[in-house]
Amino acid sequence: MTDNQWASPQALAIPKEGYFKKEDGRYGPIFPQTPANYGFTIIVKVLPGREQAIREYGKTIEAAVKGAPNVLAPLKLHYLRWVLFDVGSGLHFMYQGIFDTDFDKYLEDAIALFNSTGVTTVFTNLEGWPEDWKTNVPAVTKFFRDHQCPSFLEYGEYPYVSADEIKKALQLKASFSKMLDFMQ
Amino acid sequence: MEFMLELDDIQHYLLTRPHATIAQYNFITFKSAEAGRNWIKDLSDIVGNAKFVMAASDKDMRWVSLALTFNGLRKLGVEETHLASFPEPFRQGMAARAQMLGDTGVNHPDNWEDKITSEDLHAVVILFAKDKAERERCIKKHDEYIKDNPGVEILSSLLIEAVPPFDYVHEHFGYRDRLTTPVIEGMGIEATPGSHAPSKPGEFFLGYPDDTGLMPAQPQPEVLSKNGSFLGYRKMREHVGAFRDFLKANGKTIEEQELVAAKLMGRWRKTGAPLVLCPEKDDRELGFDDKRNNNFDYEKMDPHGYACPVGSHIRRMNVRDKTVSRIMNRRLIIRRGGTYGPYLPDDAPDDGANRGIAVFGGCADLARQFEFLISVWANDPEFEELNERDPFAGSIDGAFEMTIPKRPIKKKVKGVNAFTTVTGGAYFFLPGIKALKYLALLK
Repeated sequence: MTDNQWASPQALAIPKEGYFKKEDGRYGPIFPQTPANYGFTIIVKVLPGREQAIREYGKTIEAAVKGAPNVLAPLKLHYLRWVLFDVGSGLHFMYQGIFDTDFDKYLEDAIALFNSTGVTTVFTNLEGWPEDWKTNVPAVTKFFRDHQCPSFLEYGEYPYVSADEIKKALQLKASFSKMLDFMQ
Repeated sequence: MEFMLELDDIQHYLLTRPHATIAQYNFITFKSAEAGRNWIKDLSDIVGNAKFVMAASDKDMRWVSLALTFNGLRKLGVEETHLASFPEPFRQGMAARAQMLGDTGVNHPDNWEDKITSEDLHAVVILFAKDKAERERCIKKHDEYIKDNPGVEILSSLLIEAVPPFDYVHEHFGYRDRLTTPVIEGMGIEATPGSHAPSKPGEFFLGYPDDTGLMPAQPQPEVLSKNGSFLGYRKMREHVGAFRDFLKANGKTIEEQELVAAKLMGRWRKTGAPLVLCPEKDDRELGFDDKRNNNFDYEKMDPHGYACPVGSHIRRMNVRDKTVSRIMNRRLIIRRGGTYGPYLPDDAPDDGANRGIAVFGGCADLARQFEFLISVWANDPEFEELNERDPFAGSIDGAFEMTIPKRPIKKKVKGVNAFTTVTGGAYFFLPGIKALKYLALLK
C-alpha cells in the first residue's frame, strides 16, 4: 500500500470475468486485489431438507473460534459472511469472505482449517460438493471456482488496508492511551 | 495404522544420503520409444533401492537414480488416459508455470541453461560417486553405453561437487546446509527436538496415506505410480562476488558482516546456530548440537524478529508459527542436491564463473508442496507484508532489499544486485523399481 492511500475512499469496477488480466495461480485464474481487498463470493444451491443442518453449524463455528481465537489467523481474514436465501428457485447458500491474500495461495490452508473447525462439513449439505473432499484438493478448488461469483464493483472506505495494519493501529492507540496514563 | 514403506521398491534417492562427495546429472533425450525403454531396462538393474542402499557398506562406490519428465513418459508410450491422470503441474512442466512460480525477468525460463526447457528433455540420471575417480569411471561407462545406443542422447550434464572448506556441508556463500530434513513415520528415525513431527509416507511417496490420514487419488496405472515421487528441480546461480560486496557494504568489521550474513539466513553462516537462540554471537557448540539447533519457535521467542528477521530465509521457508501456517507438515519437501561450479576463495575477486546450487525437491504433490514453497514463501512479496522476496530462494530481478527489525526503527539492507538467479528448473517423476521395469516393457 502506498502512503496514505487508505485516506481516500475508492471504488473499482471489475470486468465480468472477475479479473483485468488473466494470470494463473497454482489452481487457476487469480482474482485481483480491490479497494475492498481480496475475497470470494460463493453461491451454491442447498440440498433439499438441509437448511436446519446448515443453520446449526453457525453454533459449531462460533464455538470453534471461541475455543481458539487464532484458529483462522493464517488466512488473513477480515470478514466471513454466511447467508441463506431463496428467491423462488430453491434455497441457496452464500459464503462471502474478505481477506488479505489471494485465495489461490492459501487454499490448502483454508481447506485444512475449514476441516479442523468443522466449516467444511457444512458444504456437504450443498449440491455438487465432491465426495472425496478430504483428500482431493483440486476437486474442492474446482467446486469453489465453479461457484464463485466475482463482484462487478467493490468499494473501500479505507482501501487496500490489511487486517494486520488495522490491528496494529488499534494496538498503537491502546498503547498510547496506556502511555498517557503512565504520564499522569 | 502405520504403513510400512516398500523399501525394496522405492529408489533410495529421497530416503538415504550415501557417503558420496561428488555427482553428475545427465539430462537425457530419447530419439525413439524403444531406445528409451532399452536404456531404462539396462539402468533399472543398477538403480539402488532404499533397502539395499541403507544396508550398504562403506565399500559402495556409486549410486544411480533415474527420473522422467512428462514428455519422457509420453515418449516411452504411456497411454494418453494414464498420462492424463498425472497432476497438472507435472503435465505442464515447470517452465509453463514460471509466471505463477515467480520466475520472471532475468529468472525467466527463456534464460535457463542446460537445454532444461527443451521439449525433448525426457529423463535425468543422477549419479553419485564416492570420489572423483569413481565418478569418472561411471561417466565413461555411461558415455560408452550411450555411444552404443544411438537412440539415447545426453542433452546436457552438470557436475556436482562439494566446495572447500570440507569440514562442514555448505554452498558457495558459505552457509551450512542440511540442518533440517523431514522425518518419515516408520523409518525408525526420531525427529530432533523442535523439528516437525514425523510425516506420513504419503507426503513423499505415492500409494500411501498422507498427513490427512487418507489415501489421495493416484496417477494410473498403479504399477507406475506406486512408490514413486515427484521431483521439482531448481538450478540457482550464486553471485558470490555480489554477496561478499553486499556484506562489506553493510558491515564495517568481520563480526558485523557475519551478523548481516546471519540475518539474511536466520542462522550463523559457518555453524548453523539459530539466531533465535544466539542472536548476538555465533555458538559453534549449539550449531552442531542436533538436540538444540532446531529447538526454537518465533511466535513466543522472537515475535517481532529482533533476533531472526521475519524475512530471513529460514523464517520464510520453514515457518514455525501457527498464526502463519497450521499445515506446515503438508508443505515439506525432501531436498537433495549440491553445489556446481568452481570454488571462489574468500579473498579472490569474482571471476564471473558460473557457480551455484542444483537441487531436487522430492514430494508427493508438486502444487501443494514444492510450488507453494516457491510461489508463496520464497516469492510472494505480500508474505507477512514485507514487500520483499526470500534473499536466497526468491527470484529477485534487480536490486536486493531486506528489512531487519531493529529498535528503535527497522533497518533496510540493500544490495545492488540479487545474490541468486534461477537458471534452470523442471519437474520429474521418480518411479519405483517395479515401475521402471513396467516402463521398460511397454509396447
